[in-house]
Amino acid sequence: MSKRKSKENCLTHGECISQAQRMLRERFCHQKIPGKPFGVESQHKHLLELLKRTAVHGESNSVLIVGPRGAGKTMLLNCVLNELLEVKHVQENVLQVQLNGLLQTDDRIALKEITRQLHLENVVGDKVFGSFAENLAFLLEALKKGDRSSSRPVLFILDEFDLFAHHKNQTLLYNLFDVSQSAQTPVAVIGLTCRLDVLELLEKRVKSRFSHRQIHLLSSFRFKQYLEIFKMQLSLPEDFTDRRFAEEWNQNIKSLYEDRSVEDVLQKHFCSSKDFRSLHMLLMLALSRVTVSHPAIKPTDLLEVSRLCTMDSKANILHGLSVLELCLIIAMKHLNDIYDGEPFNFQMVHNEFQKFIQRKSHSVHNFEKPVVIKAFEHLHQLELIKPMEGPSVRTQKEYQLVKLLLDNSQIMDALQKYPQCPTDVKQWAASAFG
Amino acid sequence: MPALIQHPGYSESELRRVEEKLVCRESQVSMLLSIFGEYCVFLSVLVLLCGHAATSLVCISLSLSLSLQLPHALLNCVECFTSRLLFEHILNQLCAHSPSPDNEFSSHTRCDSFNDFIRLYRQLADLQQQKSTTYIVLDRAEALRDMDANLLSGFLRLQELVGGNVTVIFLSEIVWEKFRPNTGCFEPLIICFPDYSKAELQQILSLDHHPEYSADLRHLLSELYSSAGYNVSLDSSAVCNVSVPPWCVSAKESDTHRLWRNIEPHLKKAMQTVYLREISSSQWEEMQQKEGELHLKGLSAHAHVELPYYSKFLLIAAYLASFNPARADKRFFLKHHGKIKKTNFLKKHEKTSNHLLGPKPFPLDRLLAIFYSIVDSRVAPTANIFSQISSLVVLQLLALVGHDDQLNSPKYKCAVSFDFIRAIAR
Repeated sequence: MSKRKSKENCLTHGECISQAQRMLRERFCHQKIPGKPFGVESQHKHLLELLKRTAVHGESNSVLIVGPRGAGKTMLLNCVLNELLEVKHVQENVLQVQLNGLLQTDDRIALKEITRQLHLENVVGDKVFGSFAENLAFLLEALKKGDRSSSRPVLFILDEFDLFAHHKNQTLLYNLFDVSQSAQTPVAVIGLTCRLDVLELLEKRVKSRFSHRQIHLLSSFRFKQYLEIFKMQLSLPEDFTDRRFAEEWNQNIKSLYEDRSVEDVLQKHFCSSKDFRSLHMLLMLALSRVTVSHPAIKPTDLLEVSRLCTMDSKANILHGLSVLELCLIIAMKHLNDIYDGEPFNFQMVHNEFQKFIQRKSHSVHNFEKPVVIKAFEHLHQLELIKPMEGPSVRTQKEYQLVKLLLDNSQIMDALQKYPQCPTDVKQWAASAFG
Repeated sequence: MPALIQHPGYSESELRRVEEKLVCRESQVSMLLSIFGEYCVFLSVLVLLCGHAATSLVCISLSLSLSLQLPHALLNCVECFTSRLLFEHILNQLCAHSPSPDNEFSSHTRCDSFNDFIRLYRQLADLQQQKSTTYIVLDRAEALRDMDANLLSGFLRLQELVGGNVTVIFLSEIVWEKFRPNTGCFEPLIICFPDYSKAELQQILSLDHHPEYSADLRHLLSELYSSAGYNVSLDSSAVCNVSVPPWCVSAKESDTHRLWRNIEPHLKKAMQTVYLREISSSQWEEMQQKEGELHLKGLSAHAHVELPYYSKFLLIAAYLASFNPARADKRFFLKHHGKIKKTNFLKKHEKTSNHLLGPKPFPLDRLLAIFYSIVDSRVAPTANIFSQISSLVVLQLLALVGHDDQLNSPKYKCAVSFDFIRAIAR
């Protein structure tokens, strides 16, 4: 580990770098709030308003935050919650229940989780409730303050909201929305989902109790703003311990921002996906190349990293196949060409392969049938071949129909890149008739 | 050899140990180390390592975890095929609890659902107060797709759900595109491991040879294996290494031609047996200890099945019935047959041979008709013959087509290949 021989502000170069790395990695991976998320001011205001009404004024509400994956829904929510909790009155009073559709796969589990998060396990004890509604009502009743005049507001946050809609009868959703409509306890139900059609999933009775308030997060920024974001994400903040190092670093980032090749790389990424997560991944990889001997990010780093991110993994797999497996794929390609993409079985492929071996090949060894079957099964395991129907005992495995999941262009590309590919194999692939 | 893996966060000795174990993978290991960051830095990013099975994925994860002493849990998703097994294994490994006779082979705690897992993990993390990142390595991650739907998406988001430092590493042969669930998920960082090049392969194989061989000989042997086209895959190369008995490689090292002549029959035999896992490698080695030719009994049906006389004929008759069209029966089996007119239908479908499409079902009567015509002597249709047909079905050499209860006119299909028929027809 780095040796700590520091006096106050004079850290060694290595320590500066590791501290910078730590800070930036935290920003990219843990998604700590960097300040406000970008371009969502109106949504932020709207949500804050809504939650303030529940927390401060005791009005029940429900809202859905809808946006594609990586658009920043959780980030937005966390930001708003942080701001809300700065109000002292709110911090003492408001309770939060965080539910996630991936974890609570059942309404029963969800209810237990709610009990746990409200710290009411002792109160509930061993009671047996007739229905979900009764249980929930009991819980909310138990939250009432000592003088029974008002109840503490509860914020229910449901992540992966669309998964809750798949539960049986949608009981949890029905009851939560029901509580938010009736005037008992001030609750706010906030759902986060990536599906635009989430309302179609709700039952009629659930939909009618929902307030139909939706906040949409559509990343509507342009490339210019994307570049700005890139610069901002990589810059070190003002309060970094070593001012001089931070300034140098930020200067370097500024020069990257102005570099033409970096702009091209970012343009390519922007065109394939706009969301922040992929940008963070790219920046993470670039950052990981920074070491004491290589203390700043250069444009070549970004180019390398971009190439790494957009590498075709199927081509990688094709590169690693043996010669026999490659021949089988070429035989399948020919079958596809001759029979217009109809499914084929192993016998047909073997037949084609035999034709090649007997007529044209000098370098490929004539392998025995069991060895060829093993190669075929390996291709099946790599999912380059897909059976048309499930594994059945009815037909023997040599006669089961399969389909090839590769395109002709992919095959030809792979042949170009294959190390020391025998020329007769290449010629066979290029010939029109097997 | 100059030190190829450098990283400031880990000590020199640890890195050297890793380097020794993992030959030819220096660049990948360096990249992984740089992504993981320094020892105590909480970082996590989800990584998917993608590459062929023989590219030492598991090896790398193991080495990194063990040599560098990072807290980790390594499990195989094919082994832990239910969510409960998966969670309990992870928790066991993280709190260093192993099932043993003392605790009656039970796991640390019972964990059924993902919710419980997250809660227990958080408790464990609070207890242990780890400063560095915990790694959870899931091998054969493609099996996760077939388990509960929330497992894959959940593990992708594990860091968010747990709220702590954990990196999940997926190891798989299948490309990431096939993993993605319908509504999308948290995209991981994908690192593709390239397969070994020929030179690297030779280097690895040469590490594995008999210690008496000199370095040149080892190199020579590796060259021979690669160039002969026996290099079907890395597994088989390893098989090649095992297959050659030491006494075969004579002291005359420089004569490649003679060396090859000595080695080739062994390689060929190995390809038929050990490569196909028809006999185990320990059996092979045993056989090699005793010099001279030994006949190996493989696992496949050819060597094992001994059928009674009439059963053989029945099976051959079944094969003929499956693969010849019924129309042609008259022609093949009767002494005097008339001319058969080729109809339009036949002319169009001449190309697709039955041999490619698979066996066709035939009724019992046809089987018996062909049987009687190929058996030389006169055979009475006793129950004996019929019971032999049933036993062929039980042995799965014949397949019954249609419903079990149909006693009236059962239909069968031949379930063996031409090679098998040839083997028993001798």
